[in-house]
Amino acid sequence: MTQKSKTGNVINIKTGLAEMLKGGVIMDVVTADQAKVAEDAGAVAVMALERVPSDIRKAGGVARMSPPELVQQIMESVSIPVMAKCRIGHFAEAQILEAIGVDYIDESEVLTPADEDFHINKHDFKVPFVCGAKNLGEALRRIGEGAALMRTKGEPGTGNIVEAVRHLREINMEIKKLTVTDDAELMTAAKNLAAPFELVKMVKEQGRLPVPNFAAGGIATPADAALCMQLGAETVFVGSGIFKSENPAKFAQAIVKATTHFDNPKIVLEASKGLGTAMPGIEIGAIETTMRMANRGW
Amino acid sequence: MAKPVIGVLALQGAVEPHRKHIEAAGGEFRAVKTPGQFEDVDAFILPGGESTTMLKLIETFDLWDSLKKQFAEKPVWGICAGSILIAENVTSPAQKSFGLLPVTVQRNAYGRQLQSSHAVINGYDISLIRAPVIAKVANDVTVKAEHEGKPVWVEKGRYMATTFHPELTLDYPSPMHREFVNLVQNYKKKAA
Repeated sequence: MTQKSKTGNVINIKTGLAEMLKGGVIMDVVTADQAKVAEDAGAVAVMALERVPSDIRKAGGVARMSPPELVQQIMESVSIPVMAKCRIGHFAEAQILEAIGVDYIDESEVLTPADEDFHINKHDFKVPFVCGAKNLGEALRRIGEGAALMRTKGEPGTGNIVEAVRHLREINMEIKKLTVTDDAELMTAAKNLAAPFELVKMVKEQGRLPVPNFAAGGIATPADAALCMQLGAETVFVGSGIFKSENPAKFAQAIVKATTHFDNPKIVLEASKGLGTAMPGIEIGAIETTMRMANRGW
Repeated sequence: MAKPVIGVLALQGAVEPHRKHIEAAGGEFRAVKTPGQFEDVDAFILPGGESTTMLKLIETFDLWDSLKKQFAEKPVWGICAGSILIAENVTSPAQKSFGLLPVTVQRNAYGRQLQSSHAVINGYDISLIRAPVIAKVANDVTVKAEHEGKPVWVEKGRYMATTFHPELTLDYPSPMHREFVNLVQNYKKKAA
């Protein structure tokens, strides 16, 4: 956001860090050693968590915020920013993460929601939040609650890019539609999107989300990263894709290379060679609707 | 005279926010990430981002020598992470750098994101994001602005550094972009 801020100072500092993370790869890590591997490979930030999404999916049960010691160890081991996840609506977990001093909180559908009706009021926090969205209305609701960064939900832990692509395209299409919507129709558009009018107006005027938009959920190869970047994602989150692959250090670097040069197929080609096997994937149709993480939150 | 072409190193970070500032200051914006692209610009901005990541990418894509050569010939402005990359000395932790400006830069000196803040610098409302501190400057470095007693905008010859982000909060063009584009124009004139 480049306007001089009158009331938006706090948001500007929050989105400011997201601006610094653009054009990069944010990697899920479960140990300090993995965080070092990620940093050495060129990650712009790491997401500290107890289990990667594919393991959460396998284990079932309730997935919660990571133990604080784990997050702290990871923060001590790298100089790049560290993010951590809290459950949807679990503002007490978010308070703990803020007290630890993480750089970003992901109010994430990967964990089991703590509140089925309400997300966290993110304006209450000084630490910035990233949230997932499947469509424009959802993205603007989260931004209205104070999210400083959006990402697609995709379908985490599947190694299947189809849902992230669906969400990126959906949001792009809805933004385009708004840019040609008549002013007289804007309130109805806001009503249909179930999104704050002022934000809907801002999207119409600027032709983009009011905060950066990253891709997440199912990115498993350099080509997946290049695809998301070409579809307009400004950075990619890679969850299980790196440390569930045959050679994590190589995969991590390859995905970074492909993200930097997403618009250069020759470099993406080189990055895709000699990597060994990617993480095992899951067909989305094989996951029952009630088990899909993207359907958590609203 | 042709508009000076300002290349913003686009390996990672806040690249696009510079476009309108550069254009409003009378320059041409170009995002650059390969040696061929480096040759075609008149000056460089090393943007805000993660300095560790940028160094890794410079290594990964084998860009060090080509950038070093370019920086020896052209004006360079390092912002936040970029100021770390062009400093002579980097601390906490020590890190490789191009050493263009005789200053010592301490990384993440204010702390983590929770210590990121707004500040008013020379009357302008700007943000410091996980910013470094310029702890020491050589005698021949001009300090153009300070915050809490430490330099945040410094210049020597055709090299400039800011630890804050004029590209994020200021109207187009920011005074720092205007200053840099002028510097590039003067340098081009002298060289011609």
